[in-house]
Amino acid sequence: MCSININDPEHPLSLEELNVLEQVRVRVNDQENAVSVEFTPTIPHCSMATLIGLSIKVKLLRSLPDRFKIDVHITPGTHASEEAVNKQLADKERVAAALENAQLLEVVNQCLTSKTV
Amino acid sequence: MLKSVFQDTHVQSLMIQERSCVYNILINLMESRQQELKGLGSDFVFGFVQSMDGERDPRNLLLAFQIAQKIIVGGYEMGKFTEELFEVTSCYFPIDFTPPPNDPHGITQEDLILSLRAVLTGTPLFAEFLMPLIIEKLDSDVQSAKVDSLQTLAACGPVYGHKELSQFLSGLWSSLRREVFQTSSERVEAAALSALTSLTACLSRSIITSDSDDALHTLLQLVLTDCQHHLLEPDLKLVWPSAKILQAVAGASYRAHLRVGTAVMPLLLEQYINRTQSTQRRTLLEVLQGFVQPSEASRPAEGEECVLLPFQSSLCSVVFSALTETGAGLQITATRILSALGQQTGVLTPHDVELAVDHLTTLILQEDDPQVSGAVVECCGSLAPRHPAAFTSRMLPKLKECIFTERMVQGDSVAPAELGSHNAVRQRCVTALARVACERSLVQESSPVLLDVLTAAHTGRDSFSVDEVISVCHSLQRIAEHAPHMEAEIGQFFHDVIIPRLLGLAVQAVVQDEGSCGRSPLAEEAVLSVVAPVISSSCSRLNADCAASSASRVVSLFLHGDVAFLPPTNIPLLKTPFLQVSQLVCLLTACVCSLPQSVEIPEIDRLLEELEEVSCTHTHSFTHTSAAKCYAGLINKRPSGPALDTALERSVKRASAELDNSASCLRTQALTLLLWVTKGLLLRYHPLSSALTDKLFSLLSDRSLGPLVADGFALLMSDSPDVLNRGCHADVRIMYRQLFFSENSAKLVQGFNSAPPEEKAGYLKALSHIMNNLPRQVQLTELPALLPLFLEALSCPDGGVQLSTLSCLQPVLLDPPAPLTNQMEALIPRLLTLTTSPAMKVRIAALRCIHSLSRLPDHMMLPFRARVLRALAAPLDDKKRLVRKEAVQARGEWFLLGSPGR
Repeated sequence: MCSININDPEHPLSLEELNVLEQVRVRVNDQENAVSVEFTPTIPHCSMATLIGLSIKVKLLRSLPDRFKIDVHITPGTHASEEAVNKQLADKERVAAALENAQLLEVVNQCLTSKTV
Repeated sequence: MLKSVFQDTHVQSLMIQERSCVYNILINLMESRQQELKGLGSDFVFGFVQSMDGERDPRNLLLAFQIAQKIIVGGYEMGKFTEELFEVTSCYFPIDFTPPPNDPHGITQEDLILSLRAVLTGTPLFAEFLMPLIIEKLDSDVQSAKVDSLQTLAACGPVYGHKELSQFLSGLWSSLRREVFQTSSERVEAAALSALTSLTACLSRSIITSDSDDALHTLLQLVLTDCQHHLLEPDLKLVWPSAKILQAVAGASYRAHLRVGTAVMPLLLEQYINRTQSTQRRTLLEVLQGFVQPSEASRPAEGEECVLLPFQSSLCSVVFSALTETGAGLQITATRILSALGQQTGVLTPHDVELAVDHLTTLILQEDDPQVSGAVVECCGSLAPRHPAAFTSRMLPKLKECIFTERMVQGDSVAPAELGSHNAVRQRCVTALARVACERSLVQESSPVLLDVLTAAHTGRDSFSVDEVISVCHSLQRIAEHAPHMEAEIGQFFHDVIIPRLLGLAVQAVVQDEGSCGRSPLAEEAVLSVVAPVISSSCSRLNADCAASSASRVVSLFLHGDVAFLPPTNIPLLKTPFLQVSQLVCLLTACVCSLPQSVEIPEIDRLLEELEEVSCTHTHSFTHTSAAKCYAGLINKRPSGPALDTALERSVKRASAELDNSASCLRTQALTLLLWVTKGLLLRYHPLSSALTDKLFSLLSDRSLGPLVADGFALLMSDSPDVLNRGCHADVRIMYRQLFFSENSAKLVQGFNSAPPEEKAGYLKALSHIMNNLPRQVQLTELPALLPLFLEALSCPDGGVQLSTLSCLQPVLLDPPAPLTNQMEALIPRLLTLTTSPAMKVRIAALRCIHSLSRLPDHMMLPFRARVLRALAAPLDDKKRLVRKEAVQARGEWFLLGSPGR
């Protein structure tokens, strides 16, 4: 599984460096074409949780073959509104609609821009 | 004239061009009529301020800033208009400028920032206005404004003195402190720290009168008060920001280093002793490391004491205790501190040095973490030159003992793990021996140990494996390359001891019968290939006498079987020496082809004859290739004249005859010789090289040799590690590759065009080998003419051609010239096809090219975006992980193309 390099929108370090994303919480099942990623916001009321989740989802959508079903959700018990956020992230239409919003897309792309030029 | 310009024209109401005119007039006048302008006094400045007020055009701003700089630097009197001049320029600070697209003038934000900065920081007279401005702008939320302010502050340091800064110190300090303690960006933090360093350096330089405060003292007091106590906190939360600040300040000057060091070192050392938790100790040690190495600016001058001296003994005891801990991080940091301490005179007492060496030895023998042992070896390498005696007496004997300790071998009952760890220890000892041999006595003590290993391996004693033998040779080579050969004694030692022993072992190995122990490892091709560089590295560095002596000894060995100079053994006298030791031709090459051109090789004509014979007739590939290389190496340096011509004529005739005879089974040998001779000649611009190159071209169409010839062009153009390079004192003329290319590219293109389809690949391969080795500038200029060939090459079925074309193209794609950008429609589909090629390397190279393309201007690449994204979906599922990785990167970048937020 490729290691993800996503920038935190508010911090100079990447999600991996902040332990928001950990390898142990990423599960890949190649035969059943399923990928599941759990992420842990830094604080329980993190307002950026949806954005971070969306960035992870977009990165996976762009980096994995079409055959994979992608599930991104918050590590249980680590966020105040995890149910609501998980529901949004699981809804394909809402994700697609979000990415049509130019401003939102801009922020997501900034998170996904690689630092090595 | 000026009066009328200033009085009668209202500059800002003119058009852009006309305003530029006015500014240019001013600039010219300042250059030609400086005296008169200065005579106008501060009225000139006033007039200029009025002209500039409200200027918006970037080009004009640059001109205006230039004038302002000249005013400040040129000593024009500003008088009561100083503040006005400051106001009219500082209103643009901090610059926030986005160049319009397709800007023909190419003015960047950076240009404006730097130009304005030169104005604002140009004179101490602005200090009273600039400092408050900076403090205000530092409060801004915009990161670039903060960075600009900090960098401007740093630029003030060299220009100002303590008078200008002293009243602003506390304001500046609280802003700077905030920027480091609450930083949200590395850039801001770094800028703040360098501003702090600059300020401290400025204050350190100031000369204080008896009645003024020591501003440096004031600043340091502020800093220490706010930062010191964080070093004592139980959970060390703010240790790093405080440490970085203290280190930035200490690195500014010796005075600052002394003051900070005196305050901070005892605290840190005490903390280390009191805290026992490993992670805390590691943090403290890493903080300590930052204070131990003085920077350029804070190095003590002649007669000044090293800052660390008062704490010398507690520092050493902390370091030694850390070396014995079990945390890798702790140990590595400790070794680095030890190296830093060793570099400063007087910090390590002789007793400390001995203790250090003992610790390091223990670590080498017992510590198997590769990072730690790497750090330990580094430390040894840095301490050894200064304290050779301690290493010779304490470390080397223990390492030697470890290497030669017999394992308890009882039949097959040695556990593999035990065997593995013993080998690992031996390996570490060998590496350490090589690294410390950077001084005469150390070389003389450690290299015999390594040679003893080779001898032991040769006689079958102690069961050293072939791999271990090879690593010992690598170590010897390292010594040869890095030992300061300027010391004549080291060179002499190589000449007297090391080279003869190596040759002696090799000769014995090939001459003796395969006895009960089997074949000696020293006769293996793999081992000989690593012994040769040792001889080559050392011979290339010998002084004139030793070089001449080595040459005559080695030639005499090969031509006459003269073994007198070898260590005494019972090698029987060789009857037909050259043939008997022909396997060792690579060692002959290593010696005679690495000597400076001034050294005359004895009996060279006979040598050339023998080499020609071996290279044309021997069936063992390693041997006949080595002979060809030796031949080429010699004729490359041979002075022009009838002797050289005769030899060349003879060998070329022989090789050609063999090549023309398609039934011969020695054609490969002849080709090898031809290739190497051509290389040797073209490096020195010898006229015969053209004829030989033409012969090679003609062979491209040969059924059996064609592919070999095509690859041979790589040999011609690339750097060869063992012969015919500058390290071996070969005659290598500058720009020989460009010359070769310009003389032959037309022939290649013509040959390609007229060749039948099955032979085109050979021409393409040859061409791409040549192109790959050209300097980038030349590649770019030659590319247009060869573009059709390259595009054709991408469609060529031969994987080797595809790969070399792709690797040639990829760097060019990062900044392609116009002819290439016009061909995108032809290029991109071909690249996409290659991403599914059967060869992994081709897939990876193609994906990298596509990745490079994503960097081109959006308007050029957008038409291809959809196609590329679709096509790159397949490589995401490639069965090879490396290919998938490249595909993810490329596809990710193409997604961002033309999207907001890129």
